[in-house]
Amino acid sequence: MKVSNALWRDQVLNAMPPELAHEIDIFETELLLRKQGKLDEKLFAETRLRRGAYGQRYDNGQRWDGKETQQLAYPSGELTKGPNTLWDAPGMLRIKIPYGGLNARQLEVVAELAEEYSDGIAHVTTRQDFQLHFIHIDDTPTIMRRLAAVDITTREACGNSVRNVTACPYSGVCHTEAFDVTPYAQALMRFLLGHPDVQDFGRKFKIAFSGCRETGCGLVNMHDLGAIAVTRTENGGERRGFEVYVGGGLGSVPYQAKLLDAFVPVEELLPLTQAIARVFARLGEKKNRNRARIKFLVAQLGMDEFKRLVLAERAQLPPDPRWTAFLDDVSVLDEKPLRPVAALNGAPAPDGFEYWLTTNVYPQKQAGYVTVTVTLPLGDLTPPQLRGLADIARRFTYETVRATVEQNLVLRWISEADLPHLYGALYALGLHQAGAGTIADVTACPGTDTCKLGIASSRGLAGELTRQLAAQVETLDPAVRNLRLKVSGCFNSCGQHHVADLGFYGVSRHAGNYTVPHFQVMLGGQWTNNAGSYGLPIGAVPAKRIPEVVTRITNRYIQDRQPDESFQTFIQRIGKAEIKQLLDDLTPIPPHDLDPTLYTDWRDAREFTLGDRGEGECAGEIVSRIDFDLAAAEREVFEAQVLLDKGEIQAAGERAYAAMLQAAYALVKEQFYAAPNQPDQIIGEFRTRFYNTKLFWDDYAGGKFGHYLFHAHEHAREPYTVDTTRRRIEEAQLVVEAAHSCYRRLLKLKNA
Amino acid sequence: MDLQHLNVKVFVASPGPIDLEPFIGIFNNWIQRHLTDDLLIDVADYRHTVNGPGVVLIGHAANYSLDQTDGRLGLLYSHKAALMGSIADRLCETMRATLLACRRLEHENGLKFSGSEVQLTFNDRLLAPNTPKTLEALRPTLQEPLERLYGQAAYTLNRISGDPRERLTLSVKSVTPITVTTLLQNLAAERMPA
Ligand code: SF4
Repeated sequence: MKVSNALWRDQVLNAMPPELAHEIDIFETELLLRKQGKLDEKLFAETRLRRGAYGQRYDNGQRWDGKETQQLAYPSGELTKGPNTLWDAPGMLRIKIPYGGLNARQLEVVAELAEEYSDGIAHVTTRQDFQLHFIHIDDTPTIMRRLAAVDITTREACGNSVRNVTACPYSGVCHTEAFDVTPYAQALMRFLLGHPDVQDFGRKFKIAFSGCRETGCGLVNMHDLGAIAVTRTENGGERRGFEVYVGGGLGSVPYQAKLLDAFVPVEELLPLTQAIARVFARLGEKKNRNRARIKFLVAQLGMDEFKRLVLAERAQLPPDPRWTAFLDDVSVLDEKPLRPVAALNGAPAPDGFEYWLTTNVYPQKQAGYVTVTVTLPLGDLTPPQLRGLADIARRFTYETVRATVEQNLVLRWISEADLPHLYGALYALGLHQAGAGTIADVTACPGTDTCKLGIASSRGLAGELTRQLAAQVETLDPAVRNLRLKVSGCFNSCGQHHVADLGFYGVSRHAGNYTVPHFQVMLGGQWTNNAGSYGLPIGAVPAKRIPEVVTRITNRYIQDRQPDESFQTFIQRIGKAEIKQLLDDLTPIPPHDLDPTLYTDWRDAREFTLGDRGEGECAGEIVSRIDFDLAAAEREVFEAQVLLDKGEIQAAGERAYAAMLQAAYALVKEQFYAAPNQPDQIIGEFRTRFYNTKLFWDDYAGGKFGHYLFHAHEHAREPYTVDTTRRRIEEAQLVVEAAHSCYRRLLKLKNA
Repeated sequence: MDLQHLNVKVFVASPGPIDLEPFIGIFNNWIQRHLTDDLLIDVADYRHTVNGPGVVLIGHAANYSLDQTDGRLGLLYSHKAALMGSIADRLCETMRATLLACRRLEHENGLKFSGSEVQLTFNDRLLAPNTPKTLEALRPTLQEPLERLYGQAAYTLNRISGDPRERLTLSVKSVTPITVTTLLQNLAAERMPA
């Protein structure tokens, strides 16, 4: 743990938005409670996941070293940060970047954090997030504070929550968009962050925005909720809205999202999403995580019934000014150029520039300006590169940078005349790689490098494919040059292999006494048209032979394609059986003695094993809302004690009372979801529902704990002394305990 | 100044380009054989990044990396856990761990390191901001451990970058050539009881 952690809080206090600062303080307290054994490990696991702090491979304290499974004796011993997850084991922190939008200072802070807390790498994910790996959990509150100081949050980046809201990286500069979706993506993200209606999901919930239907870089069809910008002419004027889709998702069984509504006016976007969230929270599966995504609910109910429920929910939502407040100024995020319009003047350009121009530069709809893709190998960046990019963003633009779902960054609003200088600046950073969006720009999830669920090394394979293809991409037949390759370490599809022309996901096969890393080959997925269709598997091939698979299939495509025939059509025409035949001789596994290389994975010296796979945290623990609310009440009691120790008597007494009220409110909400949150009303509801019915009564103490609450409420505004505060804290602890017991009784009654 | 999280880099002296792939196996072998005092966890491969961390052996208290920052290959030892003792002891301990790892790599792989230049990074911006003032404040503290390291040899001590966004990184260069083995001997000699 960093020695300076304690100092950072004061250092950045004034720069943090107060609500984020408060959130992080709460998380730090929860961390402390867990260390003291006062917070259940499952609850803490979901708590940290909802703050973006994820587990990482080997955090169960075991690692196969190629000969045997070694126990990793972390100094923290038995202390855990979740089931089977050791405290000291390095973890991952996911940093949410809504719609991928970043400024220069944010890039610099990510650089600082990568070098001070991680292993010197910042990683861009397939959902426009950043991830830092090999982080110690004790450092996470400080990292969160430093991020909050530049307006970045990790909140709800993992766990059963609304994940990062993604959008086309070309929003606002794209030729085919109906309108710029950026302000809508931002408004929805802000509205849902921490919203009570999105805290009780059985699984994660992913949202994407796209500016158009056909090109569709937003990949709407593979999201739980997707919005495509559309316009209508009404009363002679243009009206903005969204085609809203629900129930898409990849994972082991991919679903295409279904159209919920062909035109949702922009002012209806937030309330409709809120209504969808409520229906999902109420009716979505909670026990079986494998069927808990909204796609299963939509499939089970059918779209008509799902829509009926959503509209009924929408009809009874209490109005919220935030639904439309952002519409007063949707131009607030409008970007502008820093540099004047000027055309490329034909001056001599550096080597490599011309080809880079053809693959990495996209002419914007604003004449004279282009968006430049910075190709990141495997989505990775070093701190000096991040700082260098920050300099570039300041030098050439008003810091208009976005992360993409293809694990690259784009620089928007580059004046064409600046391109040679920009190329030179990128060259100096080693970020001038051409081939963005081509077959050499391979996407990969973390796989066995860091993911607990990884089966095979997706990054290892992607790295090797990139190495081989980058060397030849310039001379490749144009038909294959723009194919997309994507690799996942397992069937969970974080590498988005379903929407690749050639996709791969990690599997394994037995050979003698060995296990051999393989990849399942998927063909014919479609990235455009908002992830228009998903590829189909044709068979598993040993990992080390996948480059040969790519060579054979692409050669066959070049050789046998009909004029203008797309890869998808080609695959459909010649059929899976024939393609499979093409690969048949690649599938037999020679004995270990003959060729041991097949028995190791890419970029890994160890003999392959599946033994390192752990329990995934993708789904998080299923923890209900009341569990969180009661944990929050307990934390309030703890904080009251801390305040008392500091001599802040009045604040301590008030905090203890707040803890009691919080516990009572948690119970009330269990029966009456929309219960008002004013103290008198909470107490009234509590008295009617739990005290008078004796549901809250203890077998031995009877209604005593209820009396504590009523008494504290009656005297809430009176001055506290040390004695009354101490007593109030003890009573608060008992009330919270009694609320836990009461909840257990409620569950029993429910299950009886 | 409570100096912690010290990083030390010693540069490779072998001529020509060096293939880092074998180091994945070498570092994994260190894990298998528990070759350091610290808990070793995993190997991370970042060879695909330009001037990046190369191949990294991840440990609990420290990482070892065949690092290529600024296009200069070297062994970077990054201490992550808090260190005990005087600042001089902490620096000597960190340098000793780095040099031992260098010597091990020299034996196992034939890679050659130079002892003539050592880079010291203070991996904590708040405690040690990259300013001339910090260097001046540190100079007297660094004198003792650097004299232990370089023995009688004269050396220079400079910041390598004036960019305040970067971490404070100091380049220590001996005026005459010196080997890793000599540096280790110098450190050990000082540890002998009088
Ligand atoms: S696809 Fe599998 S291996 Fe890759 S990150 Fe997702 S769960 Fe992990």
